[in-house]
Amino acid sequence: MQKGALNVHRIRKDFPILGRKIRDKPLVYFDNAATTQKPLSVIDAIRDYYMNYNSNIHRAVHQMAEEATHAYETTRQKVARFINSRTTDEIIFTRNATEAINLVSHSWGQDNIRRDDRIVITELEHHSNIVPWQVLCNQTRASLDYIEVDDGGCLDMDSYEKTLRNRKTRLISISEVSNVLGTIVPIREIVKKAHAKDIPVLVDAAQSVPHMPVDVQVTDCDFMVFSAHKMLGPTGVGILYVKKEILEELQPFISGGDMIKEVHKYETIYNDLPYKFEAGTPNIADVIGFGAAMDYLNRLGMDKVRDHEIELTKYAMDAMKDIRGMTLYGPLDAKNKGGVISFNLGDIHPHDLATILNDHGIAIRSGHHCAQVLMEKFDLSAMSRASFYIYNTIEEVDKFINALNDARRLFGI
Amino acid sequence: MSEDIYREIILDHYRNPRNKGSLPNADISIHDSNPLCGDEIDIHLKVEEDMIKDIKFEGRGCAISQASASMLTEQVLNKPLNAVKDIAKEDILENIGLMNLGPARIKCALLSLKVLKLGMVKYYADRDPGSAKKIQDESKLY
Repeated sequence: MQKGALNVHRIRKDFPILGRKIRDKPLVYFDNAATTQKPLSVIDAIRDYYMNYNSNIHRAVHQMAEEATHAYETTRQKVARFINSRTTDEIIFTRNATEAINLVSHSWGQDNIRRDDRIVITELEHHSNIVPWQVLCNQTRASLDYIEVDDGGCLDMDSYEKTLRNRKTRLISISEVSNVLGTIVPIREIVKKAHAKDIPVLVDAAQSVPHMPVDVQVTDCDFMVFSAHKMLGPTGVGILYVKKEILEELQPFISGGDMIKEVHKYETIYNDLPYKFEAGTPNIADVIGFGAAMDYLNRLGMDKVRDHEIELTKYAMDAMKDIRGMTLYGPLDAKNKGGVISFNLGDIHPHDLATILNDHGIAIRSGHHCAQVLMEKFDLSAMSRASFYIYNTIEEVDKFINALNDARRLFGI
Repeated sequence: MSEDIYREIILDHYRNPRNKGSLPNADISIHDSNPLCGDEIDIHLKVEEDMIKDIKFEGRGCAISQASASMLTEQVLNKPLNAVKDIAKEDILENIGLMNLGPARIKCALLSLKVLKLGMVKYYADRDPGSAKKIQDESKLY
């Protein structure tokens, strides 16, 4: 085992699934940008809720309801601390990051976007940060502008400046880290320049918060979204951070129970922040599970998580460069990218490559990675992608490199 | 196992596809894609007296989708168009020698058959809308 930023040997023992065999070989899980595995502490937290204090939150006064409410709200505090928001009122639980973006595009969009206004996104975006804005533009007759990406996978800052010069630009919505190329965008510079023109910024942090220290007060963004399941937590929990000044003006997205203070026959007084934005019974068990996930990451330290990923990414890219027929996409310096490597090997289609690697027990992603705009930019229909997390090892990367060489030989490259 | 999946016949058809290209004056051209993988297939048909007199395909995608398209064109050339409706999923899998393909990859293997059947139905629908419905119902879709 490598001597690196993290004690990976010990970490691996906390993840029961890593004992699994795929095709009689130990699982090598390199699809972490899609979703990460869950440590026992997260699975136990969910089980503990259902076994010992399952109840609905916020309303009842019996003891179990109090315990459940406490556990649920404690997770909100943990989220606030994790991204250093000023108050828990700024943290809203959604189903996933996609729903969080939809909340903004509906609630904020309806009040702030008018005909001929412009919303700015980038060519790096995941479909979740493209389609909601297309829908909003169609409804309001606003239009969508793209910040361009250069051949090295970095944002063209000149094209960004150009969008800022347009006086109709009303919102910048941008990924902090690309889920395909791993590109880390200069988010502070982007926010600063937008704010100089009074334009708010939404940061899609689905690939940054799980992998590196993130501080919303330093970033100074107006909205941030991310997903629990990409950071050791369960599926079904997304997080929306909104600056309180903006949140206070925002209309609810989904309405019904729990988001109200008083309901009369023909009118309703909405609940306080952030409950106004959480209608209906939320995903209590999984929010509680997410609390355990953040505890786990806090024990490791997010700076160490980041260092570990840089180490693996650098090691993998150095070895991959030497494979005949290999094309790597995006930034080539591991320090400038997340732990994500997208590539193609000769004329082997990514789905064929993923099938071959699966026979070695290795799980990678293949396809368009929900980023068809970016694929068009590179004139490709698909890429293969390996993405790392805290439990991955240098030995696993070696297996991956061997498997790539097997595929290369099989296809005669 | 991949060494079994990517046998010589698949790699041969992938590298040297049969009947690949465009077909000027085609009677029917039809396109479909597999949104999961991004595999794309176009099939062009020349039909005379209900016989497939010429067939060409264009496409891009994985070895399984492209090789199975290549093999399918060989299988149906100079055969009655009407007989396309009887080609079943199992025939394709047997043809390419992959009876145990997993659910994620089976769509790759069957894309060209889907396109060919859509083309056949469209051909009849353009000429005799009444019979097209019957053929569509009889077609073994999956």
